[in-house]
Amino acid sequence: MSHIYSITPLNELNHRKDKLLRLLFLMMIVTLIVPVLIILGTLIYKGGSMISMEFLFTFPKNGMTAGGIFPALLGTIWLVAVALLVSVPLGVAAAIYLSEYALDNWLTRLINICIINLAGVPSIVHALHGFGAFVIFAKMGTSILAAGLTLAIMTMPVVIVATKESLQSVPHAFRVACWNMGATRWQTIRRVVLPNATSGILTGIILEVSRTVGETAPIMFTGAAFFLPFLPEGIFDQTMALSLHLFVVATQVPGVPDALPYGVALVLIGMVLILNSLSIAFRIYLRNKKKW
Amino acid sequence: MVGTRAATQSQQAQTMTSSTQAHRKKLEVKDLSIRYGDFTALSGVTLDIREREIFGVIGPANSGKTSFLTAINRMDAMSADMHVNGQILFDGVDAAKWRNLYSLRRRIGVVFPLPVGLPMTIYDNVAMAPRLAGIKEKAELDLIVERCLTRAALWDEVKDRLTSLGSLLSGGQQQRLTISRALSQDPELLMLDEFSIAVDPVTTMRIEDVLQELRSEMTIILVTNLVQQAHRLADRTAFFLNGRCVEIGETEAMFNGQVQDPMTLDYIEGRFG
Ligand SMILES: Nc1ncnc2c1ncn2[C@@H]1O[C@H](COP(=O)(O)OP(=O)(O)OP(=O)(O)O)[C@@H](O)[C@H]1O
Ligand SMILES: [Mg+2]
Repeated sequence: MSHIYSITPLNELNHRKDKLLRLLFLMMIVTLIVPVLIILGTLIYKGGSMISMEFLFTFPKNGMTAGGIFPALLGTIWLVAVALLVSVPLGVAAAIYLSEYALDNWLTRLINICIINLAGVPSIVHALHGFGAFVIFAKMGTSILAAGLTLAIMTMPVVIVATKESLQSVPHAFRVACWNMGATRWQTIRRVVLPNATSGILTGIILEVSRTVGETAPIMFTGAAFFLPFLPEGIFDQTMALSLHLFVVATQVPGVPDALPYGVALVLIGMVLILNSLSIAFRIYLRNKKKW
Repeated sequence: MVGTRAATQSQQAQTMTSSTQAHRKKLEVKDLSIRYGDFTALSGVTLDIREREIFGVIGPANSGKTSFLTAINRMDAMSADMHVNGQILFDGVDAAKWRNLYSLRRRIGVVFPLPVGLPMTIYDNVAMAPRLAGIKEKAELDLIVERCLTRAALWDEVKDRLTSLGSLLSGGQQQRLTISRALSQDPELLMLDEFSIAVDPVTTMRIEDVLQELRSEMTIILVTNLVQQAHRLADRTAFFLNGRCVEIGETEAMFNGQVQDPMTLDYIEGRFG
């Protein structure tokens, strides 16, 4: 009887193999993390000294070789806000349609293919499209609106996919139970599906924001300026933006002190990190608030 | 709302003689067949279900019992690959031509094999159907919630924690919650699909007692894989096998061995295979 449970040489071999594989996977993850740590470390080491209230909240000076980054920081916030205002309602609505209403037919498949392809379009193509469609054709000029819309189109697939996934993580049995009670699809979505998907949707949106923050190409032709001595007053003005500012001070302007581009990059990455931590916090909150 | 309809019903019950009652048909199913894509799950089912009887449906796995219930509830409208042919008359009206499916489903309560507590409070679980029906007053909702939870033999266990999550109750409690929810629709037809699968024997007996009480108020279709449960509860029983309705008869007679098809008896007596 007991021999079934004793360790055979085969067990022993499998056990060793397992240990070895574990080590191998661990090493792979370490090689992935190392570059990230090096980037962060360099930025903090070389640019950390730049970070101050003055740096964050004043204008650049002396042909951008000194001073702060306030207009660029504010501009990035403007752009992200416009992009979100457009892409979140549209993206969430599209995801609700695809997850809750769409039948599995050619139209749905076509829409899904479009979304996948939209996600794969290089950002420079989005930039040119935005320039043609919004700046020229819709006569918006180079403006926060045109740049924000370009970013919105670019990030919409992310919102759609993230939202669709969180909607579909709500068990189907809940929907069936509601339908059986005589609830319409929309009543079911509003009362059961959406309330249990919001945290997931928020996580997706925050991740989207953190991507949007760093984009440079799509805003370069559509609304972001090299340098502006004033702040934008509305969505029809041009603006500076952090990502473009980094490109400019790092490569386009002579006589910039070494630390300045590192400082700008650190602020950019800091924004992304803060947003990502927020989304991780949401995910933990979501996990602890399990409802089924 | 719940109270009033139940009251008028029991008045009707008193004025009607038992024989006219027995002849009133709640549901007429004519040559029903159900397809999923190319696969036929049920075919050629013709039967009547009488007002205020418990109609048992027995049969082994894969015989089409659940599909039968889904067709009555018109859930085929919610899925692309389920196709229903034939006729289902609910109170004499063709379910396929029912103008508003949601109003049809509101009149039919359903209990699934696996309990489904919705991820909201116990109170909201039971108040949902009345709210969908437009009831907003707290006092009225309170009344319905207490009444339905009591009827499903759950009130005493949850009355002190109505605001905790329904989906985190124990399996047996969730099943009784599901039944309360079905009752909160004030249904004319209650369909139970193997409700005791995830429930312990004691709770099963309690729910069976509840069904005995409900039989004077509503029509009940009881799909069960426990033939003795059908024996205990059902007035008439249908035997489904491999997508066909083999036999329909008075339960008592069937269990006494008066069957048209010997397979029915084999199944009832557990000699199947
Ligand atoms: N949504 C569906 N899509 C495809 N096929 C289905 C679907 N639902 C049921 N079927 C098929 O229909 C047949 C009958 O299933 P049904 O659930 O009605 O059987 P049942 O009698 O309820 O069985 P059980 O006693 O195991 O619950 C099965 O072969 C099943 O695979
Ligand atoms: Mg079944």
